[in-house]
Amino acid sequence: MECQLGNQKPPLFLNFTEMKKRIIIIGGGIAGMTVAGALPSNEFDIILIEKEILPGGHVAKWDRLFPSRRPAKEVLDFVQKSMAKNVVIKTGSTITTIHRDQNLFTLHLNGEEPIVGDAVVLATGFDLFDARKKEEYGYGIYNNVITSEELEQIFHEGKKLTTSEGKTPQRIGIIHCVGSRDEKVGNLYCSKVCCVTGVKQAIEIKEMLPECEIFSFYMDLRMYDRNFEELYYEAQQKWGINFIRGRLSECAENPGHSLIIKTEDTLTGHPLKMTVDMIILLVGFVPSPETKRIARMLDLQTGQDGFLLSSDEHYNDNSTSVPGVFLTGAVKGPACIVNTIADARATALQIERFLITGISE
Amino acid sequence: MKNFGYTIQRDQSIDIDQNDRRIVNYLLSLEPSFNLCLGCGSCTGTCTAGHFVDFNIRRVHTLLRRGESKQLKTEMKKCMFCGKCQLVCPRGVNLRNLIITIQRAIEQIG
Repeated sequence: MECQLGNQKPPLFLNFTEMKKRIIIIGGGIAGMTVAGALPSNEFDIILIEKEILPGGHVAKWDRLFPSRRPAKEVLDFVQKSMAKNVVIKTGSTITTIHRDQNLFTLHLNGEEPIVGDAVVLATGFDLFDARKKEEYGYGIYNNVITSEELEQIFHEGKKLTTSEGKTPQRIGIIHCVGSRDEKVGNLYCSKVCCVTGVKQAIEIKEMLPECEIFSFYMDLRMYDRNFEELYYEAQQKWGINFIRGRLSECAENPGHSLIIKTEDTLTGHPLKMTVDMIILLVGFVPSPETKRIARMLDLQTGQDGFLLSSDEHYNDNSTSVPGVFLTGAVKGPACIVNTIADARATALQIERFLITGISE
Repeated sequence: MKNFGYTIQRDQSIDIDQNDRRIVNYLLSLEPSFNLCLGCGSCTGTCTAGHFVDFNIRRVHTLLRRGESKQLKTEMKKCMFCGKCQLVCPRGVNLRNLIITIQRAIEQIG
């Protein structure tokens, strides 16, 4: 059988008399910015819409990235620089309505002129799980219960990690799977990146506070990607971090604001309790309400986990049931930065092919 | 062969070929949420009885799955039915009904 690769060739000469086709990217995190950077900006009009004042999404709040612990800013700068100067970035913009008329999409923004485009990309990402929903862990009730995002902000601002009383913590518990793999909060899925984030943050605490004892409570440690397993070994061998296989059952506060946590040490088969000065909750991914709202306007399909569905999980993972609407990054579920960038570049190729040939799959 | 008078030790390994897995099948038919367990240990971590006596419902569950039901009768009497295990279970396993069903299974199978 003859292999028919690339039988849909783009025209050799672009027709400059025709109006350039316009691509509207919703979401200015690394996913949206990578799509914008990967599209040929001389061939298309590219508009990036971001609801916050500054683009960058979650990565802009992060200090260092797993597994190499390089500064998040390096990746963010790279992605930002990849965008050509003629990419129009509209920040502080919220979409009020989207109309689809044949092959054109009209987006109405708050207090601005509507934008008409030929293709729409949903790169609206995810939200972090609201740890208050896991009441037995005490977030929002006890001051010494913080999330992985808050810890990352402390690192990012170059502050010293202290308890709510301003003391140096002697012992810290890191709690895995908060809001993930938990039917009680409605999230059956694994958030993928928290395992290695927990290991990375444990090492970073040890770097900052070498005397501090760290105990990680996990169900499984899913070190699925390159150099993750090595980081986990480093945490055990170089930094002496203790890993206890058991999901946290409950957390209570002692007089003096230290915490008592209970779990089962499932490898010995005994219940275990211990006092810690603070706990860090590794909060997982949840589909953002904003993604859901925009998906409803475009009649997009949602999976059982609440994340959006593409045409085909294997070979059409960026197109949707609506021609001209594309998905990229964490709108489709938990994803790390490496996967997000690769996915965003694939999205750019799909859009380009769609706008040139009309094939959306 | 000369008999040295040593007693022959029973094999302590879990023998799936020999073990009776009727109890686990009975439990699964009556309490399907039994299938949801992911072995995290939240139940045992919070268990009121387990903090005073040697009682580990997560371990009982795993042993039952392997067809190990020795001493189950005395084991099941340790539960106080406080229901904290069920409150913390991330998978929504109906643990109280599970224990009642285990007790019923012991009565029937003997």
